[in-house]
Amino acid sequence: MKIKKNVAISESGFIFNPTSGDSFSTNPIGLEIIRMLKDEKSKDEIRKYILSKYMTDDSTFEKDYYDFVMMLQTNQVAEEIE
Amino acid sequence: MEKIRYERPVIKKLNTGVMNKYGTRTEYAPVTNIDGAKVKDLIGEFGSPLFVMSEQTIRKTYKDAVRAFTTRYPKVQFAWSYKTHYNNAICSVFHQEGSWSEVVSGFEYNKALLNGVPGNKIIFNGPDKTDEDLILAINNESMIHIDHLDELYRIIELTDELKKRPKVAIRVNMDTGVYPMWDRFGFNYESGQAWDAINKIILTDKMDLIGLHTHIGTFMLTPSAYALAATKLSDLAFHIKSKFGKNITYIDMGGGFASRNTLKGSYLMGADTVPTFDDYAEAICSALLNSEYSKEDLPLLILESGRSLVDEAGFLLGTVLANKRLSDGRKATIMDFGVNILFTSFWYEHKISPAQEFSHYTEDSVIYGPLCMNIDVIRENITLPPMKKGDNVVVHTVGAYNMTQWMQFIAMRPNIVMIDMDGKPHLIRKKETLEYMNSLEITPEYLKSFKL
Ligand SMILES: Cc1ncc(COP(=O)(O)O)c(C=O)c1O
Repeated sequence: MKIKKNVAISESGFIFNPTSGDSFSTNPIGLEIIRMLKDEKSKDEIRKYILSKYMTDDSTFEKDYYDFVMMLQTNQVAEEIE
Repeated sequence: MEKIRYERPVIKKLNTGVMNKYGTRTEYAPVTNIDGAKVKDLIGEFGSPLFVMSEQTIRKTYKDAVRAFTTRYPKVQFAWSYKTHYNNAICSVFHQEGSWSEVVSGFEYNKALLNGVPGNKIIFNGPDKTDEDLILAINNESMIHIDHLDELYRIIELTDELKKRPKVAIRVNMDTGVYPMWDRFGFNYESGQAWDAINKIILTDKMDLIGLHTHIGTFMLTPSAYALAATKLSDLAFHIKSKFGKNITYIDMGGGFASRNTLKGSYLMGADTVPTFDDYAEAICSALLNSEYSKEDLPLLILESGRSLVDEAGFLLGTVLANKRLSDGRKATIMDFGVNILFTSFWYEHKISPAQEFSHYTEDSVIYGPLCMNIDVIRENITLPPMKKGDNVVVHTVGAYNMTQWMQFIAMRPNIVMIDMDGKPHLIRKKETLEYMNSLEITPEYLKSFKL
């Protein structure tokens, strides 16, 4: 999973995709995940970070992360890389 | 290090330039208590889903309606529409406030009697009155509102048997410029049916015609329709006076005032657009005052308002069962309440608030109920903060018709609680149990054993 190169991310969670012209907003935790993806952190690194910072558990993270990443792809903010 | 509260990560596309059809900020501001009772505590004690009625809101709304009419007209009486919410505690709040009762079946009639309403303060409407119902109503001197000629003739027969003069009114339907016209109830004004029925009643001289009744529709957004209806009933009353020298004691304008709900398909929130009691009162009272009555002959004005008096006082508390992503990418949230107990979600876009604090990030979603049926949609699109399994919500303005039209399907009907004037919850209807449901069923003896 990789955030597209030209996607702009602002401090306040505002995301702009110049290719499609679409803009998005995300919540603080969403912004953190997008930043980590941009820094090419692995899912495991992201999991560790989220579980240490927030009151949540592994299965909730798993479910929500999967859904979030799907939405990033649907909205063409991120792309699958193999 | 202390961990911070978790919120599901969300991303939402921003649409510029299009009107926001998903609602406004106030829609998803959290509601954590109702009249001082904490939502979490209520669910903890009485379960989820849970209907909650606010006694304070009922009394406040009722007083507001009474004020709007009594400041404009000298003789006003409300009669509580039982079908709208016939829970005994709720009816009793209305009766304590001075409301009579308006019923449409033997079941409702007897409920009113058992609640302590004197027979002569009960208005009996509707096309379905059995002989037993009619005899009871005649003996109790209730106001019988005749719906059709078959009923009129049956009452005439009964008066001979009972040797009593029933007190009756006729229900009149008419064109008030609002369509579809409710012409299946009562006698039509324009075609002369109503005048014909009036003549039959007065000339057969077996009963006293004391009132004229109409109910022009429900969730009526145009107060001027009421002015027209009041004028037409007054014309009938004036004709009766000139032909027979008899005064009509009351004009009953029925119900139908809109509640502060949002009808499906409307862009604007109901709370901001529906007419107020003052608007309706101004239309009706001016029409009556400006018609032919002399000061002494002014009839009592009866109102049978239902939804406008109780809708806002009702809340449904519920819990998120699951979140899903639909194939088209939309978010779907499944709640533990469905259309079986929230019948009104078929025609209203009910406001739904989260019951816990959230950040101000939101997402658009569909709200489904738990029934295994495709029609079980509570809201087709709504903006809410990201919610997770176990989070609670408050559905607003559900006090009218839901707790009488609810269906027992798959699961059983939940508890109803009323928050009293001091913020204390009272259980006013127990949730149904398997034992209760089974107690109504009878399995023939020969079916009681089987081998699998
Ligand atoms: C005869 C009559 N009166 C009163 C009402 C109450 O109407 P509403 O809840 O629209 O005020 C109804 C509802 O259908 C009715 O049929």
